[in-house]
Amino acid sequence: MKKTYLIATALAALLLSGTAQAHRQWLLPSATTLSGKDSWVTVDAAVSNDLFYFEHFPMRTDGISVTQPDGSEGRLENASTGKYRSTFDVHLTQPGTYRIASASTGVMGSYTLNGKQERLPRGTTKANLAAAVPAGATNIQTTEASNRNEIFVTLGAPTTSIFKPVGAGIELVPITHPNDLVSGEAATFQFLLDGKPAAGLKVTVIPGGIRYRDALGQIDLTTDKEGKLAVTWPQPGMYWLNASVGGGREGGPGDPGAQGSQAAGGNGPLQRRASYITTLEVLAP
Amino acid sequence: MQITHGLVMTGVALGATFALAAPASAQTMNVSVTIPRLTVAEYHRPYVAIWLEKEGAAARTLSVWYDYDMRNGEGTKWLRDVRQWWRVSGRSMSFPADGVSGATRAPGEQKIALTPGKGPLGAMSPGTYTLVVEAAREVGGRELVRLPFAWPPKPGSMVKAKGSTELGAITLGFGK
Repeated sequence: MKKTYLIATALAALLLSGTAQAHRQWLLPSATTLSGKDSWVTVDAAVSNDLFYFEHFPMRTDGISVTQPDGSEGRLENASTGKYRSTFDVHLTQPGTYRIASASTGVMGSYTLNGKQERLPRGTTKANLAAAVPAGATNIQTTEASNRNEIFVTLGAPTTSIFKPVGAGIELVPITHPNDLVSGEAATFQFLLDGKPAAGLKVTVIPGGIRYRDALGQIDLTTDKEGKLAVTWPQPGMYWLNASVGGGREGGPGDPGAQGSQAAGGNGPLQRRASYITTLEVLAP
Repeated sequence: MQITHGLVMTGVALGATFALAAPASAQTMNVSVTIPRLTVAEYHRPYVAIWLEKEGAAARTLSVWYDYDMRNGEGTKWLRDVRQWWRVSGRSMSFPADGVSGATRAPGEQKIALTPGKGPLGAMSPGTYTLVVEAAREVGGRELVRLPFAWPPKPGSMVKAKGSTELGAITLGFGK
């Protein structure tokens, strides 16, 4: 019993560390603080192990959108996808803070029909889920996942007009503006899950430049009951911030332990998963 | 260049006028900034920002030396590299800024004079201030020097500081 437990724990740890270390998705802007009336940023978009080195897989650009300081939609220019990374430009023509984001919410899952397991088609959402599952299907397993990967860049003085929450998945609300970060100073952010404060959310912050050091330098944080956390940046540079709930890993609303497991043969409740990624630039004082 | 020279002239002239009428506000501030001569393969004159800080008050930008006369205002692209000034004051300004913008300056001693109640210095209430000088050089380094002082100052007194890389001797003198 004890031996089995140990093996199981080791295996779980292996799986967890494997998932946690591999395949970090990121957007890396050429600059986050810009001056002048008119400026450009170039963004690298990739999925990799080390931060921020494009060495594994490019991130697709077709799901990336730009929100301008006045709330209107901007556009990606000169987008191209290579073997290891995608790259695109954003022309900044308004003063204030821009959001460049890849955000999606969809339902994934499977069901059994006539003894065969089928997967839900791409593009399934909570709204069309009923239509996507044929009559007579059994063992319906569904998870609604919201993924958000976003960065912020500011021309001139930082503004907060684009931070109005949409109420889906994990979102960042600035207490400290994400384009006003300086090493040695504490920054406070609030996180929301589906529009409500995400209390007890586990958030990981990792400084870039992993390739040239031995220690990962990971900072593990947990939000308070208002969904807030404070982080003091140990040095200037680019940081990758990641938070996720669900998937049975974090004890979040998608955790089978929290909602009751999906019994084999029965129809499980709609599970919830959400992930959040951002890249933050911390300047020297 | 012309803009800042104009500022110097005005500052000195007004300072002299005010000395007769209102002694308390007659203290001109004479700032001298030495830009070091550097032996480097590629030299560009630094961008320099000079500003005033007082606890509880917004920073006041007194002078910014940058490539103000480039086509399409392209010189403003690098203003953010004078990063501490950019954060406390620059990012909420628009450029060129009247009485503040000037061309980059050559190595050597560079001077500006400021008069209370006039131009970018504005009114000076009694208290503790810090004059801050920050220089950032294209393909070079960046340095910041702080000179604390009390207002009103003793006439003829002087505050001195020295940079080590991008800035040389800096003095702040108070004259009539």
